Amino acid sequence: MASPEAVGSTDEFIKGLWRENPVFVQVLGMCPVLAVTNSGVNALSMGLATTFVIVLSNTLVSTLRNFIPKEVRIATFILIIATFVTVVDYLIQAISLDIHRALGAFISLIVVNCLILGRAEAFASKNGVGASIMDGLGMGIGFTFALLCLGGVREILGSGTLFGLALFPAGFQPWVVMILPSGGFFTLGVLLLVFNRIKSRQDEKRAVLQEATS
Amino acid sequence: MDKAREGETIRVWPMYRALVGVGMLCGLLIVTVFVLTLPVIERNQAEALERAVFQVLPGAISKRSFLLGEDDAFRPAQAGDPPPQTVHAGFDAGGNLVGIAVQGQGMGYQDVIRVLYGYAPGRQAIIGLQVLASKETPGLGDKIEKDPAFLENFHALDVSLDAGGQAIAHPIEPVKSGEKTDPWQIDGITGATISSKAIAGILREGSRHWIPRIYHQRRVFESAGGSDGES
Repeated sequence: MASPEAVGSTDEFIKGLWRENPVFVQVLGMCPVLAVTNSGVNALSMGLATTFVIVLSNTLVSTLRNFIPKEVRIATFILIIATFVTVVDYLIQAISLDIHRALGAFISLIVVNCLILGRAEAFASKNGVGASIMDGLGMGIGFTFALLCLGGVREILGSGTLFGLALFPAGFQPWVVMILPSGGFFTLGVLLLVFNRIKSRQDEKRAVLQEATS
Repeated sequence: MDKAREGETIRVWPMYRALVGVGMLCGLLIVTVFVLTLPVIERNQAEALERAVFQVLPGAISKRSFLLGEDDAFRPAQAGDPPPQTVHAGFDAGGNLVGIAVQGQGMGYQDVIRVLYGYAPGRQAIIGLQVLASKETPGLGDKIEKDPAFLENFHALDVSLDAGGQAIAHPIEPVKSGEKTDPWQIDGITGATISSKAIAGILREGSRHWIPRIYHQRRVFESAGGSDGES
């Protein structure tokens, strides 16, 4: 039987994927969500970069949580987040300059993604390192999943490709609007609608089940 | 009184300790990653520059790099020559000179913009431009890289020399979007005025320095067409 600590850590991980998904439930970090999801590769790159920053900043914030006085905690958290964003900026430049150019100023703007500061303040500064890593990992993967949902839909309809691979015959006329900003808003609206419909159905079922058992 | 001062010291010291300590740790981390990734980033930038040369010189399939020496004469560049003084001559399949690719940079709205542009001495015009690095505002300033109407300005931008052959007859000037009437004007972008003016400024300053020198020494580049170029 799994120990309560292991169950706790698993729960911290899973909550970010679905129940508390940063995009579909908390509606956080909308700026990169709408701006860089015009292709699957961009969405995946931004998602992984954000996951890297959130996991490492959560780890360091949690490690130093007893060392940082509450009066300067926000300044210290921002310093830590900005450091990991700079690190990820260098790493992306080393991996691919094309991806770095495609993501443009949005890499630097990861610093101001409220999701990352939010997790540092609400979770990592109050919990242990293991739980904070799992929380960061879950939130990061949940964020990447949401970006990929948007990026996938927009690239398939807007360019007729997925990760650069052609999906339709030569006669396919792409919906250019989908890779423009308006396509981002439209896709996000539809996905939020679908996600919330699924979630409310699950909640209804759970309520019925609870009523039946009580 | 002493107690109050002591209380203040107790509160302030942990704050200094936390901010300075975390700052030092973060500084160390950034410098370490910078040093480790710098050789790879420089190699990637060199490869990107190679690709950009062929994009700003349409039709070129090989290139040779030249360095502008202190005597104002171009000579074949060696590895390790300073990039700002290096230009790249592009040649077509027949070994004929297509043009010269020149780097330029200037301050944009957010940060320094670095560009590469192609100059064809035969046409006395800029025939291509690519933005190498920019952090302009997403959705506005970054149109300098993507807006087809703006990039159309750089297919035949006139930079002819005057009768004396020492200066540009009509320095490049930016105009409002849709108001271009002369071939030396650049149609700006609505919503990205500062960024598009910055590009015009980079080209105007760069062309003033480079184009008279390149034009008068074009034989140096043309004669290099028959020798082995890098493709």
